[in-house]
Amino acid sequence: MAEATNCSLAIGFATQCRVLHALFLRELVTRFGRDNLGVLWLVGEPMLFTLGVTLLWSFAGLAHRGNGIPIVAFAVTGYSSVLLWRNAATHCTYAIEVNRPLMFHRSVQAIDVCLARIALEVIGATGSFAFLSFFFVYFGLMPMPDNMADVVGGWLMLAWFGTSLALLIGAGCAFSDLVHRLWQPVSYIMFPMSGAAFMVEWLPKQLQEIVLYLPMVHGVELLRHGYFGNVVKAHYDMTYMSGCCLVITLLAVYLVRIAGHKIEF
Amino acid sequence: MLALEKICKSYDTRHGRRQILKNISFTLERGQNIGILGRNGSGKSTLIRLISGAERPTSGRIRRGMRVSWPLAFAGTFAHNLTGLDNLKFICRIYDVDHKKVLPFVEEFTELGEQLREPVQHYSHGMSARLAFALSMAIEFDCFLIDEALVVGDARFHARCLDQLFNKRKDRAFIYVTHNAQHITEHCSNAVVLHEGELWQFPTVDAAFEFYMTVPMATSR
Repeated sequence: MAEATNCSLAIGFATQCRVLHALFLRELVTRFGRDNLGVLWLVGEPMLFTLGVTLLWSFAGLAHRGNGIPIVAFAVTGYSSVLLWRNAATHCTYAIEVNRPLMFHRSVQAIDVCLARIALEVIGATGSFAFLSFFFVYFGLMPMPDNMADVVGGWLMLAWFGTSLALLIGAGCAFSDLVHRLWQPVSYIMFPMSGAAFMVEWLPKQLQEIVLYLPMVHGVELLRHGYFGNVVKAHYDMTYMSGCCLVITLLAVYLVRIAGHKIEF
Repeated sequence: MLALEKICKSYDTRHGRRQILKNISFTLERGQNIGILGRNGSGKSTLIRLISGAERPTSGRIRRGMRVSWPLAFAGTFAHNLTGLDNLKFICRIYDVDHKKVLPFVEEFTELGEQLREPVQHYSHGMSARLAFALSMAIEFDCFLIDEALVVGDARFHARCLDQLFNKRKDRAFIYVTHNAQHITEHCSNAVVLHEGELWQFPTVDAAFEFYMTVPMATSR
């Protein structure tokens, strides 16, 4: 009995991997097509965004506080992290609705269509971040990261947060259009509060306490601590962030499941 | 075996809850077929969606002991800016089939030629239907769901579909849903009538046919 369960679990896992792979490729070509750069836009699009913001912030001198933080590195770490938690959720808003007919293939579940879109965004944002960092470091516009493990850790935590948030938004939109309407302004307002454009240390004490309720702030702080080392005083609590991510993930997976069950034509 | 056990389906509408299917039960074995007759709006397509698994019943249970197809010739799962070939590859990945093995059959059956490498959005209805039908033949199913309304095309296409199904795959199971009683008497050995959300069973196809002729069009409530 136990053996049979293990076996069917393994088959189920293999099936889901196959389905995710198929959906991923389908989304990739559907979104970026095969004209000009084609699927390279997966990385090119977030790169252009980040480059633009980096230029803008450099000219505006946003981080001119005599705190020794190079503006290019500040902008690249900041805006890349925004892309990581925001874009996946934005692209999940219609994921279930648009892909409803795919449920005729019984091995395709609502969560798969969301995960495929999330994977696309996470890979795109990661590629853009890695490429830009490499490029700027190579040309001496950005220092080498102080502690690579913290950079990777912060990035992975932000990716987890982005994934769980995207699943939650994806499921929410299947329940009510209201979630979609609200997500746009909420994500817009959360951007300046997400830690992308400031270090928590720079804020007044009272404000620090408020922004540290936002899970992604902790991820950005860890990422920046990894980059700049002890030049900055970073505020982060990975236990708090993990706890938030875990709660959101469990809730989101449950809600996506219900949303999949209540699909109607 | 495919078994439907006391299937009910209701939808919330602006005028309150509306029950489309009431207590539908039947079983089907491989090699058997069943024709389901129903007027427009009688719930035929809803029933097909429930059996295919795209939608869940409000109550009741569907047990699938065999591999059930998606509704034949249903082109709704195509990504329109992908080519026919890309869509073929996608389906093959999902069902774990090597697309190179089924490509010759698909090319032969669809008669799309080079069009197979063009985006599906440039296809006519008939072309989409041919591709969709060929794909459902390329995957091996034990039970085929046929919603006649989906199989659009000329007489020759119909004839070729029927040949693929009722000659080349007569060892499988079929659920054939239509409002055309003529087609049921030609292809099915059992027939039922879907009327006012209930499934009426009959000992012979002719008896079902006779009852169906007395059933008025479904009125919108």
